[in-house]
Amino acid sequence: MATLKELSRVEERFVGGHRLCAGCGHGISVRMILNAVEDANVVVGCATGCLEVASTIYPYTAWNCSFIHNAFENAGATISGVEAAYRALKKRGKIDRDFKFIAFGGDGGTYDIGLQSLSGAMERGHNIVYVCLDNGAYMNTGIQRSSATPTGADTTTSPAGKVIPGKQQPRKDLTAIMAAHNISYAAQTAINNWQDVHKKAKKAIEVEGPAFLNVLSPCPRGWRYNTPDIVQITKLAVETRFWPLYEVENGKWKLNYKPKKYVPVEEFLKPQGRFRHLFKPGNEHLIKAIQEEVDSRWLALLERCGETPELPPR
Amino acid sequence: MTPYNPFNRNFGTGTRTKAVRPDMKWHELTRAGNIYEPGNANTYETGDWRSIRPVWNKERCIHCLMCWRYCPDASVIAKGGKFETFDYKHCKGCGICAKVCPVNAIDMVPEDEIKKVKEANKDEE
Ligand SMILES: Cc1ncc(C[n+]2csc(CCOP(=O)(O)OP(=O)(O)O)c2C)c(N)n1
Ligand code: SF4
Ligand code: SF4
Ligand code: SF4
Ligand SMILES: [Mg+2]
Repeated sequence: MATLKELSRVEERFVGGHRLCAGCGHGISVRMILNAVEDANVVVGCATGCLEVASTIYPYTAWNCSFIHNAFENAGATISGVEAAYRALKKRGKIDRDFKFIAFGGDGGTYDIGLQSLSGAMERGHNIVYVCLDNGAYMNTGIQRSSATPTGADTTTSPAGKVIPGKQQPRKDLTAIMAAHNISYAAQTAINNWQDVHKKAKKAIEVEGPAFLNVLSPCPRGWRYNTPDIVQITKLAVETRFWPLYEVENGKWKLNYKPKKYVPVEEFLKPQGRFRHLFKPGNEHLIKAIQEEVDSRWLALLERCGETPELPPR
Repeated sequence: MTPYNPFNRNFGTGTRTKAVRPDMKWHELTRAGNIYEPGNANTYETGDWRSIRPVWNKERCIHCLMCWRYCPDASVIAKGGKFETFDYKHCKGCGICAKVCPVNAIDMVPEDEIKKVKEANKDEE
């Protein structure tokens, strides 16, 4: 595993001057992932979302590499088209350099509107990496709920109030859906653990065939936590088992991190304004239901990974 | 005839130039809005978004580069595997670097305090 000293010598592929909010998780996620590309040539594509909107405001680009613009719903199709064109040109001897292809999409662009084009790209077996930057809502248009939004979260289209206490449905398990495509590599990671992000990004880039990464990428605006605390909040997502770190390599499921003790999900919910209403007296049952959801998903994951399905000691 | 090169194709009459400027007239815009200079966003300054500034404490720094790893704006400049400086032209003052520093070698100082200190120093001169 390379050290930060070594990694800091790699050319910066996502430069300052982009217009993401101060402290946005996407800036961190993208820098970590492109850092793992090292000195390879890379073509990046981006689904519409905060990342794309903030990084490619004409006439500027924050991408210090090839970049292809596309719409909200077709990052998977676009990047696979570019990869296919590259392969064809290479075969005819018109390109001699080697390239890697990476698409980034938000959770709205990936779990929801871009799912069909992503599924097609994965099924066709292109040599691409698709990275979902999951911040649990359509942040760029003002925090609308997506199928990645956690149960109970207050968003503008699942507003916590007298009628409903935040989002009513459980999250879609996108990483498992991607793994079900029997692709070369699918993994879930979070930026609090940079070694985990780096290892998985490297694997995804190096593996032959399609790879998918789901990265928990906090949004201080939409989550309403104290901006400097991004590493702590992400760590709590992992420690409470809300966001487990695992990978599926050629069909084999592997858990990458097992919390030592049982940290209740409240610890992750409490510092975030989007869950504040859950802590009002009388709403204890809502938190209990969220905890049950987290625990049952955890047990199912352990089983898939061939581990004893048990909760961490309290 | 020039040989076919997929990387050097002009898709029409629009400007094909590195010198894109924010004040360009419509007819000077590049064809299809292409940008020919990778990473040119670094000529756009976001440093004036900042209300608090990270200040590096050289004595305390152990050059672990956690600040470099976690800056969303690539505004911690590392050189030769060591902390070199902050890029105040782009740093937005989010405070993440100060938070992840294991030895508290970064202080977040309000910009107006920095201004006051600067002005006071000027008076002394
Ligand atoms: C077809 C289409 N519908 C709607 C939009 C408007 N739109 C732009 S970005 C965005 C939300 C993006 O959310 P997400 O993918 O989660 O990315 P985030 O901004 O949260 O990182 C929406 C709805 C669009 N660009 N195209
Ligand atoms: S709204 Fe959230 S995701 Fe979008 S740029 Fe701001 S912090 Fe990042
Ligand atoms: S995190 Fe702190 S100790 Fe580490 S390089 Fe940055 S300033 Fe120095
Ligand atoms: S305050 Fe934020 S933007 Fe500025 S250098 Fe530190 S981490 Fe980067
Ligand atoms: Mg989102």
